[in-house]
Amino acid sequence: MNLITLKPNKENLNIYLALGTSLLCISFIDIFTNTFLDFNITGFLPSIVSYLSPLILGTFGLHFIRIEYSGNKTLDKINKNLNSSSTNAVLSLVVIFILIKYVPSLLNWLFFDANFLGSTKEDCNGEGACWVFVRVWFNRFMYGMYPDSEQWRINLSFLILLSSIGAIFILPQAFKKYIVLFLLFIFPIIALNLISGGIFGLKLIKTGSWGGLSLTFIVSAFALIFCFPIGVFLALGRRSDLPAIKYSSIGFIELWRGVPLITVLFMSAVMFPMFLPDGTYMDKLMRVIIAITLFEAAYMAEVVRGGLQALPRGQYDAAKSLGMGYWRMHFLVIMPQALKLVIPGIANTFLALVKDTPLIFVVGLLELAGMIGLAKTNPKWLGMATEGYVFAAIVFWIICFSMSRYSQKLEKKLSTDR
Amino acid sequence: MNLKTFSIDLKNKRRLIPQVLTLLSIVLAISYFAFNAQVNMDNRGIAFGFGFLTQEASFDIGFSLIDYDGSNSYARAFLVGLLNTLLVSVIGIFFATLIGVTVGIGRLSSNYLVSKFSEVYVEVFRNIPLLLQLFFWYFAALRALPLPEEAINFYDISYLTVKGWYVPKFIWTNFSIFNYSIIAAIIAIIFVSKYAKKQRDEFGKHISSFYIGLALLFTLPALSFLIGGVTLNFEIPVLKQMSTTIFNFDGGVSIIPELMSLAMALSMYTATFIAENVRAGILGIGKGQKEAAASIGLTKAQILKLVVLPQALRIIIPPTTNQYLNLTKNSSLAAAIAYPDIVLVFAGTALMQTGRAIEIVSITMGTYLLISLSISTFMNWYNESVAIKEK
Repeated sequence: MNLITLKPNKENLNIYLALGTSLLCISFIDIFTNTFLDFNITGFLPSIVSYLSPLILGTFGLHFIRIEYSGNKTLDKINKNLNSSSTNAVLSLVVIFILIKYVPSLLNWLFFDANFLGSTKEDCNGEGACWVFVRVWFNRFMYGMYPDSEQWRINLSFLILLSSIGAIFILPQAFKKYIVLFLLFIFPIIALNLISGGIFGLKLIKTGSWGGLSLTFIVSAFALIFCFPIGVFLALGRRSDLPAIKYSSIGFIELWRGVPLITVLFMSAVMFPMFLPDGTYMDKLMRVIIAITLFEAAYMAEVVRGGLQALPRGQYDAAKSLGMGYWRMHFLVIMPQALKLVIPGIANTFLALVKDTPLIFVVGLLELAGMIGLAKTNPKWLGMATEGYVFAAIVFWIICFSMSRYSQKLEKKLSTDR
Repeated sequence: MNLKTFSIDLKNKRRLIPQVLTLLSIVLAISYFAFNAQVNMDNRGIAFGFGFLTQEASFDIGFSLIDYDGSNSYARAFLVGLLNTLLVSVIGIFFATLIGVTVGIGRLSSNYLVSKFSEVYVEVFRNIPLLLQLFFWYFAALRALPLPEEAINFYDISYLTVKGWYVPKFIWTNFSIFNYSIIAAIIAIIFVSKYAKKQRDEFGKHISSFYIGLALLFTLPALSFLIGGVTLNFEIPVLKQMSTTIFNFDGGVSIIPELMSLAMALSMYTATFIAENVRAGILGIGKGQKEAAASIGLTKAQILKLVVLPQALRIIIPPTTNQYLNLTKNSSLAAAIAYPDIVLVFAGTALMQTGRAIEIVSITMGTYLLISLSISTFMNWYNESVAIKEK
């Protein structure tokens, strides 16, 4: 009787299970033969029915196996997670079918049909991705036009940066302060001189030939280091009770936050030289770094202000009652607490900064995206845009994803502290 | 002079000196830059001023919502760019909201596959720079589309090709009457819902204003067709042979690939942030709220409509407006793929032709600033109006 009403129940578990799984099997066989063998087993039906047949069959199949508390652990798990209602059944099937249809061809393009070996475009058979392009241009993508023999200088700078960041985690608390000071004040000077050269017998390398991923890192590292203190002072300025300081800070912050980065870069590239004394010249990269720094400082200021506002008034009162002045109160009592509160926000601002740096290509600085744009127009490598941008996307994704994961971890760790 | 007044003086001085110093340094910096700019412009023989806006622009723009050709002024070119920026922002905001809300709700789904799929979407598209996504869509995905003679055909009325997406063009007669009918329908709906609210509040009668409104929205425009003399025809794009080897579509409206890829990149990127806002908003409603609503006998749909959404929206809307603002600002990336937005047309071509860097860059930045400030003013007003009124 129950078979007629089509309401699955526990008594006839095995019948329904057999019916449901066989319907599901037909639906999956249908989609598999359709995708991989180019053969439609439901081709005799009208085209729209045939197109939807796996979905219809699968939905009925899932309907039959939707039996609550069946006692079978696997079945209960499937029902709970994928098949709790008809809508969920359809959604699950659609997601599975999309995966079956597109993931294999994507993997084929990325790996199985792709070409890795060779040195020219002709070494690629044209079916999958041509990673030869990325391999041949790899050095350019990383270092731009920086001469091959001098690239150790860039590597050395990043090695110093990474090892000192690593040292912050390893060394005891007492040394951390010195490393941070080193990173903030001494490292930028060392790195700048090492990379640009011109002293200590190092060959001078003009900023015009800097490029690739290392330029992305250089720009973001310098902007990071400088935007932080400026942001802190702007935040303090915005919270100040002196009207002139307060309103000029507000004006400065809102001005930068209201305009897109591209216009700021245009300003630094074409408008700013007009403001310099006649005959003086400031390096384009320098101008761009200053522009990005000021731009991000405005965002940083808002993040820091959030932290300052979140601190209870008692902290200010307590510091004042100890006889502390404005600066001592802020740098010994308020800032250490406020900054700790907004570490996730700071990390997000840094993340946004890294994601913004590819934009510098609009003013003619060739970082990773720009170098790929250059390489794909090379007559020997036409038609390689997809490979190039997919490669850049993967590189940036790895950087940004690990940064965002780290900031989430930090957020969790800090939220349990309070 | 006693000690008390002296101490007040001292305090005033301590307040005064930093302010004077700040203002002084700002004024000095501005005048230094202005002086340099004056000298530089004198040397190059250009005078500061906005008179160039009325001069003939003499360059063409590939895509424009209003009539424009090279004989129009720079001011009109600016307007074309501004409208193009607004167009792509509106399209982007629409699709970003659509995808964002879907994915945000998907992440909370009890269905494992759906929530995982949504999570992967968010993590992938949020962590790739927008510029690279834009390049991917424009240089890789849309360049792989077929030539006009092999166009992807949607039921013989719309064609997708590498040169753009050709859709039918609407040709209206008496379009204004149709517009009036829609406005009349909206006004009628407002009256009906007010009347229904009054009936409910005063007499406890329930009038389903939703269905009446829906009916009004369809019947009034339909009436305008029947008795108002409004007609609507479609101009369907047709494949034409331009020369022996070159084919192209004629008629209809062509949506250029620049616009398509920009709208896709902007909406898919911004959607990830909106999805996170939606998720946070719904998660932010305490379980007790839903259980309380269920215990007084509300149905699932009523709980969502009357209890969860009004509270969740209060959490969702402020950060989402921020994302809309970001989307509008990010639409300036158009310059990288030559979509004629305000940055490309004005800060690109017009600047190149006139050399008036200061005027043009400040007009462009001022426009964005104006858009941002007006949206955020509107949002502040809205936030205040939906904020919980504490008694």
